Amino acid sequence: MTLAELICPAGTPAALRTAVDAGADAVYCGFQDATNARNFPGLNFTPEELGDAVAYAHAKGAKVLLALNTYPPAGKVDLWRHAADLGVRLGVDAFIVADMGVADYIARTHPQARLHLSVQAAASSPEAIRYYCENFGVRRVVLPRILTIPEIRQIRTEIPCEIETFIFGNHGLMVEGRCSLTNYLTGQSTNMNGVCSPASDVEYARHEDGSMSSQLAGFTIDRFGPDEKAGYPTICKGRYTTSNRAESYYAFEEPISLNLSRLLPDLIDAGVHAFKIEGRQRSKSYVRNVVRAFRQAVDDIRNGRAANIADLVALTEGQKQTQGAFETKKWR
Amino acid sequence: MSLRIEAANSARWPGNLLASRLACGVLQPILTRIVRRIAARHPSLFARLGPYQTADFVIDPIDLPFAMHLRPDPDRLLFRAVPRDAAPRADAVIRGRFMLLLELIDSQEDGDAAFFSRDLDVTGDTEAVVRLRNALDDVDTSIAEDTAAMFGAPGRAVLARLRRGYGADMEKD
Amino acid sequence: MAVIQMKPKLTLGPIAYHWSAEKRRDFYARIADEAPVDEVYLGEVICSKRAPFHEGDLPETIARLNRAGKTVIVSTLAEVMLKRERKATEDLAAMDMPEIEVNNAAGLYARGQKPHRIGPFMNAYNEATIAWMARQGATHVCLPTELPAEAIAVAASAARDLRLGVEVQVFGRASLAVSARCYHARAHRRTKDNCQFVCEHDSDGMPLRTTDDRAILRVNGIQTQSESYIDLLPEMGRLAADGVSHLRLMPQDVDMVGVADVFRNVLDGTLCTDEADRHLAGLCGAVTLSNGFYHGTAGYRRMAVTART
Repeated sequence: MTLAELICPAGTPAALRTAVDAGADAVYCGFQDATNARNFPGLNFTPEELGDAVAYAHAKGAKVLLALNTYPPAGKVDLWRHAADLGVRLGVDAFIVADMGVADYIARTHPQARLHLSVQAAASSPEAIRYYCENFGVRRVVLPRILTIPEIRQIRTEIPCEIETFIFGNHGLMVEGRCSLTNYLTGQSTNMNGVCSPASDVEYARHEDGSMSSQLAGFTIDRFGPDEKAGYPTICKGRYTTSNRAESYYAFEEPISLNLSRLLPDLIDAGVHAFKIEGRQRSKSYVRNVVRAFRQAVDDIRNGRAANIADLVALTEGQKQTQGAFETKKWR
Repeated sequence: MSLRIEAANSARWPGNLLASRLACGVLQPILTRIVRRIAARHPSLFARLGPYQTADFVIDPIDLPFAMHLRPDPDRLLFRAVPRDAAPRADAVIRGRFMLLLELIDSQEDGDAAFFSRDLDVTGDTEAVVRLRNALDDVDTSIAEDTAAMFGAPGRAVLARLRRGYGADMEKD
Repeated sequence: MAVIQMKPKLTLGPIAYHWSAEKRRDFYARIADEAPVDEVYLGEVICSKRAPFHEGDLPETIARLNRAGKTVIVSTLAEVMLKRERKATEDLAAMDMPEIEVNNAAGLYARGQKPHRIGPFMNAYNEATIAWMARQGATHVCLPTELPAEAIAVAASAARDLRLGVEVQVFGRASLAVSARCYHARAHRRTKDNCQFVCEHDSDGMPLRTTDDRAILRVNGIQTQSESYIDLLPEMGRLAADGVSHLRLMPQDVDMVGVADVFRNVLDGTLCTDEADRHLAGLCGAVTLSNGFYHGTAGYRRMAVTART
């Protein structure tokens, strides 16, 4: 049986301490700039805060993983290099990278550093994963949320590194690291700036009938009836019409969260080394509840007990959950 | 962008205008003390607000007879109770039940979850709200309990009663 | 009006849509005979299920285009996950001729150190990545569509120093996202495995409109595209001056020979950009044109270009 490490999100130092105290094996976080894919206003760590966070986590036996998982545009690579140097100096336990230039820099400059391949690199085949392992010494791959459990089991036998899969949180629909939807409407890039539907371009309007519409850069993404649950104002979770659908529909995906709590034993059995919880943009309350529930579940499974998963639906987007591609390829 | 609290909302408390004004007056010194204490104990909070330190937030607890106006400027901190009909132009309005707002401030509740369930309503400058949320979320201690403690045993009793009352409310729903 | 110095080559990108075999044959016959493009990319990049419909015609199309004096490059799939996708990528990577353009790291792995081109899905955003790719045998790199002018200039200069060709898309819908899920099938309440190839009915993508009836995106199977066509006609002079060696036209369901003529005439200095723009708008009908990505703003926007060539 693999160790089934629990990898937890932290958007602030307080959230990091909360995650560690709730039983995280490792916490992932980023600096307050474009070097990570959650470059949101008021979120993330200053170098001083990250140093303190590493000390706190290490004192309690937890690891800190630094996300450097965006793609530097030409002319700005130094920002990513400096972030990597800083991470090494502050003693982070691994870097989560996507860009080949960034991976190559860390592999050559800091050969002792541990590299994880971000989901933003979208490596979804054994060959793609081996490319990063053999060239940059990647030790773990974070798999895209598009594979079934039998497919993960098969990949495991064909690659020389560990596997990390998402088990809870935002249900990404597009191939990560290949999405310019936000940039098309707002001028801010997910890959280059680390933003997705930036708050500065989001507006909610309440209507007289009690409904609410969400807009991104002036484009209506969705309109929720008075009693309808809402979701993030992301383009891929919006409602649109098309030639054969006069009534607006969720063209890509409805507001829904991934929850694989029931599949944990199967994932461990398939050889998954680490479980990732999405949500660096979420609150301490989310981190506390989700990490606590999954800590209990993973411990139960490892001790041969049936996992009793607390109901996590209240924390999910649209208050709906799915097992997505992991359960059936009909999802595709 | 500036917003005004909608007329529909102010009308929810007809005939209460005088009470509302009196309540605001009584509350003001307390609110000032609360917010100064938070600012003194958690100075890092302001860095996360970035350029929104001078933004005007209206926090509108729908089950109380007044709203609150917050301008988190470290140099001229402002937090005051205002009658709904006299609420200032705001950069952002955050609206929900009082206890929910209190629990959000204390990270007992998750803001995104409250938003998904439509219990929390946000209008105006979304970035201002996201920054305020992230700034408050980085505060380790309970702001509500800190505040209650300022008023000794009676303060803590009031907080406990509020929480019980809210729980009972929820059960009725 | 000046002739653009260090004249870049015009290329025609791979067809993104599920056009019938017959439509493709006719299309490439006309391109071979009439379109003033130097290089043509062939192959299925979006959906592995479509490939069997037209891959049989590939050898003849290649021969036809070669006879017309055009260089042919075969592009590989952007998404590689299933067995048939891995096999297709491996097979293409084993070819010695023609050149191949790789769009997925699985293709890079299979290709090893043999020469290859880097496709627009490979995320060659910066000089460090381009230098890495060059060391692994890349001879040419197509930059990501969302890269702004300043970054293009830095990337192009680095690539030229390494003797790589540098390509930028100057016409056609931008690829904004790819997915494991087929949104054409979803719109028709089907799954990807049971799609019945509904995407063949939308030869220029399936239009999505917002609930307040604003055109926003196009769906093409697993791909999401921009509603607007990118148009960098007026920017070609600066692209060339910054070292971009190849300019890519993406096939849309419009008169692509006419489109290629317009771009060619501007490159040759026989047509001024104002007139060319009007001409291009006429060829594109109701579709809006945009250049926002290049100017570092929202991709759908059309910015006025002051410094014209």
